[in-house]
Amino acid sequence: MAASGTVGRDTMADDAVADQDRMRRFHDAALPCLDDVFTLARYLMRNPSDAEDAVQECYLRALRHFDTYRGPAMKPWLFAILRNVCNAEFARRGKEEVPTDYTADDSAAEEMPMWQEPQASPESSILRQQESATIRRLVEELPRPFREVIVLREIADLSYQEIAEVAGVPVGTVMSRLARARAMLRSAWNAAETASPKPGSMPASGLSP
Amino acid sequence: MNCAECELLIHALIDAELDAGHAREVEAHAAGCSACAQKLASFRAMHEAMKGAALKEAAPAHLRKRIEALLTVPARANTAVRSFSRPSRRGFFGGFALGSALSAAVAASLVLAVMRNNEQQTIADEVVSAHIRSLQAGHLMDVETSDRHTVKPWFNGKVDVAPPVIDLTAEGFTLLGGRLDYIDGEPVAAIVYQRRKHLINLFVAQRLGAAHAGALSEAIQGYNLRHWSQDGLDFWATSDLAGDELDEFVRKIQAALRAS
Repeated sequence: MAASGTVGRDTMADDAVADQDRMRRFHDAALPCLDDVFTLARYLMRNPSDAEDAVQECYLRALRHFDTYRGPAMKPWLFAILRNVCNAEFARRGKEEVPTDYTADDSAAEEMPMWQEPQASPESSILRQQESATIRRLVEELPRPFREVIVLREIADLSYQEIAEVAGVPVGTVMSRLARARAMLRSAWNAAETASPKPGSMPASGLSP
Repeated sequence: MNCAECELLIHALIDAELDAGHAREVEAHAAGCSACAQKLASFRAMHEAMKGAALKEAAPAHLRKRIEALLTVPARANTAVRSFSRPSRRGFFGGFALGSALSAAVAASLVLAVMRNNEQQTIADEVVSAHIRSLQAGHLMDVETSDRHTVKPWFNGKVDVAPPVIDLTAEGFTLLGGRLDYIDGEPVAAIVYQRRKHLINLFVAQRLGAAHAGALSEAIQGYNLRHWSQDGLDFWATSDLAGDELDEFVRKIQAALRAS
């Protein structure tokens, strides 16, 4: 902090006003994205307290760089920062996650029809909750690049172009990763279904045939 | 279009990322290829199921509070500007003492107690504000070193006490450095520690907060705050660290002070 004696009162007050204005603009633009940023952090870090740390660091960094922010939309911009924060954290820990090997059952799953016709089951919020919990778990178990692309597309609802910007890869890479990620998720989902068949639990009722 | 091409474009079709021409091509291929038709139906159903599921998670209230606090505290000049316009608390107390007569002594002590509480609260708020300010770029450290023998002399002449600088690196609290900060218009020593990714600011000064007000433990704007007095100095520790871990930090500092 600058020594109070070296800066005149007016300059200081001006600075304070400018700071407050900047803060307010950042507040209005970035705070509405908090749930989305936390959701992404939750899936990337796979642990609530790590996710909180990452989100806080993300907002600090975003505030720091807000002066240079010229777009894209606020949400993908925050996502890109968050992703860097998470990657830095993984690098700091110095250990990669153990990649889950999905290749083994990939081909077998290809042959199986995954989605049956929706069964006549009552619309039940409990079923929906169970289903949501299962999907969350399966998404969390995907290896990082595939988890990331699924979350950005299916949960954060980003376009391919936005995902490419967040992940810093070409759109073609986004497409091939997404295809692979969905195939992995589908086979994991099939496996989960086979392991514990719950009538009507998956797919959800009301699916398009 | 062959199946390999189709397989990639199925997803773009589901995600509405295809132009009309390509979309027609994919649909035409799927119409004549049961394998691709099956995939299209199954991936589309999965996409729909995910859209309908509750997969988002709301940020916890304490995190929201913490981030809102980050965005509402002016980055600079908060305490500095106020120090120009506001009489210092010592001046205030001095004036009060001069004007007090014997008959008013009882009432005065009562008022004094209330004022101490208010003062304590003001300082608690300022400590947390200073902590939040310090998290912003370039505000955290004036002297950046893990060597306590560098940190301690740095404060010479900047604050009117020689703050104890204790290295707790071996015990999981890394000493990052020190900073000159202002609380209630007075210069104070801020010593910065880190536990994992959490920063702890330990503010040390003489009479920072009402004397004999006792130890204090609370949370403000999502930050935990501890205050105690020891060896004639006032200590304020604040961090986003969990309460029990901040307590551990405080115990370790207190123990090290007693041992020194």
